Amino acid sequence: MSRLKLAIEELIASKPDQSAIHAFLSGHKFPIVEGSSVTFVWLGHAEGVNLRHFIFGLETSNPLQRIAHTDLWHLTMEIPHNSRVEYKLEIHRGGNSTWIEDPLNPNRARDPFGANSVLQTEGYSVPTFIDADPDARPGLLEPWGFDSQVLGHRSGHLYLPARFRRSRQYPLLVVHDGSDYLNYAGMKTVLDNLIHRLEIPDLIVAFTDSSDRLREYANDERHARFLTEELVPNLAARLPLYDRPQARCLMGASFGAVAAFSTALRFPGFWGRLLLQSGSFAFTDIGKSNRRGPLFDRVVEFVNSYRAEPKAVSERVFVSCGVYESLIYENRSMVPLLSSTGMEVRFVETRDGHNWENWRDRLREGLSWLYPGPLMFIYE
Amino acid sequence: MRSPPTGPTGPSAVVLLGAQRFSPSLGAAVSALGVTGKIATITAGWQERELEDDELTEHLGGRAVNLRLHARGEELFKADPELRDAHRQRQESLRHRQDFYRIRLEFELEAERVIRQRSAPPEIVTDEADGSIEAIRDLDARHLGLCARIRNDFESRWHLADRDSVQSHRAEIKDIVDGCDAVAIAGGHVATLVNRLTLFGLGGLIGRRVVFAWSGGAMAISERIVLFHDDPPQGPGASEILDAGLALIPGVVVLPQPETRLRLDRKERVQSLVRRFAPARCLTLPARSQVTWKAGVLSSVSGVTELCLDGEQREPKR
Repeated sequence: MSRLKLAIEELIASKPDQSAIHAFLSGHKFPIVEGSSVTFVWLGHAEGVNLRHFIFGLETSNPLQRIAHTDLWHLTMEIPHNSRVEYKLEIHRGGNSTWIEDPLNPNRARDPFGANSVLQTEGYSVPTFIDADPDARPGLLEPWGFDSQVLGHRSGHLYLPARFRRSRQYPLLVVHDGSDYLNYAGMKTVLDNLIHRLEIPDLIVAFTDSSDRLREYANDERHARFLTEELVPNLAARLPLYDRPQARCLMGASFGAVAAFSTALRFPGFWGRLLLQSGSFAFTDIGKSNRRGPLFDRVVEFVNSYRAEPKAVSERVFVSCGVYESLIYENRSMVPLLSSTGMEVRFVETRDGHNWENWRDRLREGLSWLYPGPLMFIYE
Repeated sequence: MRSPPTGPTGPSAVVLLGAQRFSPSLGAAVSALGVTGKIATITAGWQERELEDDELTEHLGGRAVNLRLHARGEELFKADPELRDAHRQRQESLRHRQDFYRIRLEFELEAERVIRQRSAPPEIVTDEADGSIEAIRDLDARHLGLCARIRNDFESRWHLADRDSVQSHRAEIKDIVDGCDAVAIAGGHVATLVNRLTLFGLGGLIGRRVVFAWSGGAMAISERIVLFHDDPPQGPGASEILDAGLALIPGVVVLPQPETRLRLDRKERVQSLVRRFAPARCLTLPARSQVTWKAGVLSSVSGVTELCLDGEQREPKR
């Protein structure tokens, strides 16, 4: 059975003139998603156009073809359902190349480096818990500062739930790269919504930042002591926190996940909950050199050491990773290791990359599993 | 399990109702039973919002007297910090027990699901499936027993029945209830609700009065409080027993809000639920539904369904 022609194929076959091209552009959403076929399109004068995407495993640079006698460039790729892919277009013109966001695609994802265009294939839908719900009472987010004996001045933000009362006790969540989680994963809104939906309990969240994260997050004893011996006691003295491991959660993404896990390992039993997103858990099976470069040397040393002698450090560990990340192999490798120690482990992988919206999209299932809300208890 | 009221000591009737939030049917139920006097209301499940009960009071024609059980609890613990600390410790013990019970339960429920799907001679599969249900029932019973032991130890150690701080509240509550013809118990946080009901000994104060209870309130007066949700965000939910309730409606498991909490199209889940809690009857309470319980006999059924062994739901037999 012959397959249906793709929209771009029909356009090419029609030998389009300018008006046909404009009709084509105004008649479709871009990129065009037809089953698993995805067509990227760019209109303009250039010597060459490349798709620069962030899918590990595919060529990162893929040239678009120009339709003869037009300025319309196109590329069709096979990308599975339920995918979310961030990308840019690389335009070659006058001997220079520029990376731009796709002007035909309104979907954007911001990150610390700017923004990317976002492809959403069939089956992916933007979660409903990320938009501000007018019925959800907003929690309080206030700047927070702290003079650490081991790391010097630290700052971040402190989140208190909307119905915060000093007469109650709350679990604590400590977030690495806190400002990025707030700015690029919309985490304050997510917390407000999940609490409102009863999917997580009222909780206190410390969003922490580091000015030297690649050093401090890579299994740094000072960082572990700062969180465990300074930050928690400081917060506990000021706020009504439960004093039990099950009510202390550390989370982070990428190097932040390494920081969370290595801190828990240095203080086994103290942090009863871990949320590790796309952890940079690089390791080697033999030798010490790793393909990721010297930044990862301390991480590799740490993960190799854990792999040699795995032990339970927490009670529940939620691990997530995108299958389009280079780190998927390392994260998949961590899961059976963690499980073998008796820790409860839940692993979720999705068709997404190493980015903040992937981490945002997993917050609901991760947080609600680590800290189930009162949904099971409330019957209005 | 708490002892159910028997003979003339229990409520003359108990009316179980679905959620009342958007279109309350409580007033009509009160009228239908000819209750004309004051009604003691319990909204402790609303926790700090306990006294935001204007709509309820208005709905009952101004006859409501709120027993303020949540606020009384706060007052009691403020006045009696020793009891507060002991109570907090008790709750911590109960929470630990619930955690461990849930760990075992999830494994048993998963084993039950796997065994049910295995290929083997039917008589063997049936026998093994029965074994799975028995194992789950044993876990449930063990958990209930542990909860009862923790509660009994607490009550006897801290002499709740004789403790002045508790007694003064109980006496006030008794006076109010004595002046009422009925008791109405709202839903909300069912653990908080049953906690306050037992702390102030409501089970022994209701007497022959008619009881109206909806959603979590209906769960709190049942023998076993079953927490349930088939699709919670953290993955497939395991129905679990929280604790014993006041046992005013023996032989009934109450399942409110089935519209959002139960996947009634999953017949095998329904069958497992029914077999697990048999011989108790599993009744769903959708919004605006109603059923009257009198000495074990159901009447005035409207919208309530009973989950059956074949995985279907039907109007309950009287």
